[in-house]
Amino acid sequence: MRRSGMWTRAGAILAAASALALAAGCSSSSSGTPSAGSSGGGGATSGLTAPEANAPVPSSVGKTEGKLNLIAWEGYAQPEWVKPYEAATGCQVSVKYAGSSSEMVSLMANGGGGQYDLVSASGDADLRLIYGGDVRPINIGLIPSWKNFHPFLQSPPFNTIGGKHFGVSYEFGPNVLLYSKTTFPTAPSSWSVLYDKKYAGQITVPDNPIQIADAALYLSKTKPSLGITDPYELTQSQFNAAVSLMKAEHPLVKKYWDLASQEISLFQSKTTVVGAAWPYQTNTLDAAGDKVADTIPSQGATGWADTWMLATKAPHPNCAYKWMQWVTTPKVQAQEADYFGETPANQLACPLMNKIQKGSCDAYHANAPESYFKTISFWKTPLAQCGNGKSDCIPFQQWVTAWTGITG
Amino acid sequence: MALTSIRPGRAADGQAEGTARVSAALWRRAWLRATLTLSPPLAWFLVIYLASLVLMLITAFWTVNPFTNTLEHTWTLANFRQLLTATYLSIIGRTVGMAAIVTVTDAILALPFAYYMARIASRRGRQLLFTAVLLPLWASYIARVYAWIVILQKGGTLSWALTKLGAGSVNIGYTNTAMWIVFSYIWLPFMIVPVYGALERIPDSFLEASGDLGARAWRTVRSVVLPLVLPGMVAGSIFTFSLTLGDFITPLLVGGANSNFIGNVIYSNLGTAGNLPFAAALAIVPIVIMVFYLLGARSLGAFESV
Repeated sequence: MRRSGMWTRAGAILAAASALALAAGCSSSSSGTPSAGSSGGGGATSGLTAPEANAPVPSSVGKTEGKLNLIAWEGYAQPEWVKPYEAATGCQVSVKYAGSSSEMVSLMANGGGGQYDLVSASGDADLRLIYGGDVRPINIGLIPSWKNFHPFLQSPPFNTIGGKHFGVSYEFGPNVLLYSKTTFPTAPSSWSVLYDKKYAGQITVPDNPIQIADAALYLSKTKPSLGITDPYELTQSQFNAAVSLMKAEHPLVKKYWDLASQEISLFQSKTTVVGAAWPYQTNTLDAAGDKVADTIPSQGATGWADTWMLATKAPHPNCAYKWMQWVTTPKVQAQEADYFGETPANQLACPLMNKIQKGSCDAYHANAPESYFKTISFWKTPLAQCGNGKSDCIPFQQWVTAWTGITG
Repeated sequence: MALTSIRPGRAADGQAEGTARVSAALWRRAWLRATLTLSPPLAWFLVIYLASLVLMLITAFWTVNPFTNTLEHTWTLANFRQLLTATYLSIIGRTVGMAAIVTVTDAILALPFAYYMARIASRRGRQLLFTAVLLPLWASYIARVYAWIVILQKGGTLSWALTKLGAGSVNIGYTNTAMWIVFSYIWLPFMIVPVYGALERIPDSFLEASGDLGARAWRTVRSVVLPLVLPGMVAGSIFTFSLTLGDFITPLLVGGANSNFIGNVIYSNLGTAGNLPFAAALAIVPIVIMVFYLLGARSLGAFESV
C-alpha cells in the first residue's frame, strides 16, 4: 500500500486548490469580440468571352459510350433514377460528390480533365465554369423536356450566354424566411426581422458568403438611394453598405448555421425563432410537428438554381446527352424534387410529385405562377464585370474575405 | 554420385562466403550499416511528411485566380499581409486563447484526479478509474460533441437539472463557454494519463522526507509534488493545446456567432472559396505556434519523462 498520511493530506490540498482555481476561471471567462477589417486580393479578370462559345454542337445523339462520369451534389444521383437510366442506355454511372461550388469549379478545371462529363453546378459557379472554358454549349433541341420548363429557366442568364445554352436547368429553390408561429402569429412581411434587436440572440442565418446578397437585396428595396439593381453586382459603396448591415446583424445572430440539421435543431429547441432557411428545413420541422412556417417577404428572396453542364473535354458526350434527357423527364424531376426538397424545372412534374408525397407540389411551389419566381434573385457568381459594361463590381473572392470579417 | 553430393555443398559454401563477406564489410563500416538501415524510413519521412509541408509552404506564396480558381504561380506576400489584418488576428487570438484556457482547465482538473488514481485509490479502484477515463475515447468524437449540444442547449439537460434544483435555467448552448466546456471534456484523458504517470513515479520516501523535515501538506505539494509532476503536465498540455489549436468541428457544432477558429477559416477558404494559397498561409500559423510550444515544453523537461 502506498497510502501514507502525507499523500492523503497533499491530495486534499490539491483538490481544494483545483476547485478554487476553476471557480476563479469560471467567473472571468470571456469571449473575444469581433473586429472589423476587410481587405482582400482578387485581381481583375480579363476580357469576358466564353472560350467555348463557338464549339460545335451535335445535331443528334450518337451511339452511347458505355460510361458516364458525373460531378454532383449529394442526392443528385440516387439509385431510383440512376438504375433505370443505366438499364435503358447501357451507360454505367460513376459519381464524384462535391461539397461546394468551388470544389466543383476545381474538379472541372481544364474542361473536366478528360475525365468528367457533366457537373450539376449551381448558379454561383456557372459563370466561372463558362468563362473558364470548362464547359461547352449544348444543342438544347436534343432535350425534349426543355419546352415544358418554367419559362424563366429555359434560357436563364446564369447558364445561357448570347443564345448559347451551356447546359440544361435542373432544379431550384428559394432561400426563405423561416419563423416560429408562436413568436409570429402572422407571417413577417419584411426581412427586417433579421436585423431587429427585438430578436437578438434568436436569429440564425447560413454561414455562406453569398448571404451578403440577401443583405444587398434587402437594401435594394429599403435604401433605394444606394442604387442596387442586382444583389450580385455590387459596387464598392453598395458592397460596403451590405457588409456593414451584416456586421450590425452579427451581435443579434445566435449561430451561423453550416448544416441544415443545425438550423432544424436550433428551431426545435426554440433557441432561435427566426432565420434564413431552405424550404427543406420548414418541411422537416413541420413534419415533426414544430410550429413553424416560411415566407418570401416583400423584398423578395435569393435562391439557387442548378444546371447540368457539359464538360469541354467530356469523354462520353452521348451518354451525357442521354442523362440530360433522362433527368429532365417529369418522373425523375419529381423524384429529385421530393428527395432533396426543391422545385423541378419541368412543369409537368407537379402531379407526379403529389403522387410520391402528398401536397409536395404546393409545398415546394412547383405550380406557382410565374410572378412568384420573379421575386427570386437566383445565385450567380459575383464578378468584377457588372452587367452595365463597367468593371467596378466586387468579385466573389472579396465576398469570402468580407464574410470572414462579418462572422469573425 | 560424388558429383551430385558435392555440388550443392559447394554452392552453399559459396553463398555463405558471400554473405560473410557482406556482413564483414558492413561490420567494418558502421556508417554504411547505419545508412542502409535508416534510409528507407528516412526517405519515407522526407517524402511524405516534409515534402508535403514544404509544398504547402510554397503554395502560401502563390495566389489563386479569383475567377477560374486555378493556382497562379506568381510569388507574393499578399496572403501573409492579409493574415495580419484585424479579422484574422482576432481569429488566431481566439484559437490560441481557447487552447490555452482548455489546457489550464484540463491541468487543474487532471491533477487531483490523477493524484487520487495514483496514490490513494486501491488497486481495484485504480483499474475502474482508468477504464472510466479512457472509456469516452472509444465513442465517436462527433457523438460526444452532439451529446454536449443536447446537454447545453436551451431547455437541455443542464438547464432542466438546474431548474429542478431551483437554480434557474441557463442558456449557454452555441457560445464560447460551451466550446470551452466541450473541449475541456474531450481532451481531459490526454492530460490525466501523463500526469498519472508522473505522479506514480514519485517515490514515497520523498514525501516522507519532506514530512520529516517539517514541511506541512501544502509545502510538500508546492515544493516536492508539483515540480516532479510538471514535466508530465507539460507533456499532457502538448496534446490538449495542439488538439484544440487544430480543431474545427467543435467550433462548427457547438460554437455560436463568434466561434471561428483557424481551422474553420482554413476549411472555408478551401471549400467555399477554393483559395488554397491563403489556406496554406493560415495553416502555417498553428505549425509555428506549435514549434515554439514544443521548444518551451522541452525546456520544461516534458520529453525526459514521457
